[in-house]
Amino acid sequence: MILGQPTFASVTERISRICEMKTPTAWYVALGVSLSMLGVFAGVIGYLVWEGIGIWGNNVPNGWGWDIVNFVWWVGIGHAGTLISAILFLLRQRWRTSINRFAEAMTLFAVMCALTFPGVHVGRVWVAYYMFPVPNQMGVWPNWRSPLLWDIFAVGTYFTVSLLFWYVGLVPDLATLRDRAKSKLRRIVFGALSLGWRGGNRQWRHYELAYLILAGLSTPLVLSVHSVVSTDFCVSILPGWHTTIFPPYFVAGAIYSGFAMVVTLAIIARALFKLQDFITMRHLELMAKVMLVTGMMVGYAYMIEFFISWYSGNLYERFTFINRATGQYAWAYWTMITCNVAVPQIFWFKRLRSSLPILFVASILINVGMWFERFVIVATSLAQDYLPSSWDYYRPTLFDVGMFVGSFGLFFTMFLLFIRFLPFIAMAEVKGVLPQATVPHDAHSGSTGGGH
Amino acid sequence: MDQPVRTHGVLGQFDSPAALLAAARGIRDAGYKAFDCHSPFAIHGMDEAMGMRRSGLGWVVGAAAIAGVGGGFGLQWWASTIAYPFVISGKPLNSFQAYVPITFGVGVLVSAIVTVMAMFHFNRLPRLHHPVFYSDTFKQASNDSFFISIEAEDQKFNEQTAMDLLRSLGAKHVEVIRG
Repeated sequence: MILGQPTFASVTERISRICEMKTPTAWYVALGVSLSMLGVFAGVIGYLVWEGIGIWGNNVPNGWGWDIVNFVWWVGIGHAGTLISAILFLLRQRWRTSINRFAEAMTLFAVMCALTFPGVHVGRVWVAYYMFPVPNQMGVWPNWRSPLLWDIFAVGTYFTVSLLFWYVGLVPDLATLRDRAKSKLRRIVFGALSLGWRGGNRQWRHYELAYLILAGLSTPLVLSVHSVVSTDFCVSILPGWHTTIFPPYFVAGAIYSGFAMVVTLAIIARALFKLQDFITMRHLELMAKVMLVTGMMVGYAYMIEFFISWYSGNLYERFTFINRATGQYAWAYWTMITCNVAVPQIFWFKRLRSSLPILFVASILINVGMWFERFVIVATSLAQDYLPSSWDYYRPTLFDVGMFVGSFGLFFTMFLLFIRFLPFIAMAEVKGVLPQATVPHDAHSGSTGGGH
Repeated sequence: MDQPVRTHGVLGQFDSPAALLAAARGIRDAGYKAFDCHSPFAIHGMDEAMGMRRSGLGWVVGAAAIAGVGGGFGLQWWASTIAYPFVISGKPLNSFQAYVPITFGVGVLVSAIVTVMAMFHFNRLPRLHHPVFYSDTFKQASNDSFFISIEAEDQKFNEQTAMDLLRSLGAKHVEVIRG
């Protein structure tokens, strides 16, 4: 699981050093680039608030464009973090311990990026609180039957629960940083953040159960959040959207793209900080297998959609799907098929899935494909729906591109700050899965204690 | 004015999880109650070794989950039938099927928040100051060392006997916590 036979102390040393050493120049360069992109994000949002969402390429009938595409894409990416931290925890997949911390952080930052898009799409952001069920002077309450409101609750809950889970996991490691702190500032900051954690078993016993409960609570969230996101589409009556396959299909796609992002980030992080012993080839290979499985689920969904559009005998459905593959957005459709269905097939071969450059490129291509999947769903169904007289081509403006690029600025800025200042591998958990952490069973039952 | 130096307890340092587990049984069998076993990670079997029952957190979270689900549903029902009855696409005012996603979401949200708050409450955290922090070796408890602290509040507490007991249970370093 962890290579190089580390001791407890060497785990502490290796991981803590990353956030204690002198800041590498490369980090400043990366932060500079990210901050510039974040500046673009802020600039475009500022202009959008000033001018209105007319600066985007949205038109009639394309009421949704890159904004919802980016929202769904970013939320989807978050799902791998929760799957790793919650579902793999419940399934006792102990290999998850060295990748869960930064995958959870990835979840948080991805959801932040995601929430920005619907947040500014409301146009009048100063009244964005209308979306929440708060008593107001008009005596009006939101429409509880609307998937858009479900979405606010689903994604809001998702973010909060992920944040709590992540922070609870961090507490013992923050205590480690506190105990290693040399400067007064670090002592105060990590002292406060670790809340006075003493690592006593009187704390661990509540802590462990809380962690288990949080994993149990997050597990249905992995499945429910993207299901609810998919209802934004499938509760409507547009051809190509109004299908029951959407919830499972979206969930599979979310996990697929999330794992691709984890692989991308893991390959960079392990090379940058020489953590090949912690994030091993085995981790990357297992993640490649998850991508292979979820990628094929996604491919299967594409196939079934086509089948049902024919089998339903619905003229509009049939038109929409044939149009997806051959119409004005065919280039996007075939990009999606290539990246999402063809590319992951290379993971059948051990030699290919254990090659870092191939894995890296494939993980990026998969996320390109998953972005195009959402674009194809949004653009093809809206641009050509029931009434040919209202058809119109959707094309993004420079501001759409700026917002998308800018959201990477937010994501990478947060991520760089995270890997610089916080332990991005869960030290306490890694120590717990080392062979020397396991007490042999005969020592276990003891002379007086009896079984357990 | 300086506070008089008090004895808060004794601290014994151990080498391995197995040594800590064995020593915990010894302390329990000697009849101590106010003691704790500190380790850099949770050790399986320690609850039993220290003579502690399973954490009661599950009951608290269970109650929170029921409250969250009830509250989530109640809010939607109340808002759409009493506070703001408004017929949308001919659906009944109380169209409960559509309330499921939010009921679930609020249930999970409330449960998760209560889980974390109750866990910290049970652990009496945040508490930034504790006698064990007077010890300098205790810094290793979050790194690679294992400790047992016996508090002076324990009815059986006697500095010398407690230290001897820790030594006899294999502690490689024993100290008195004063501060």
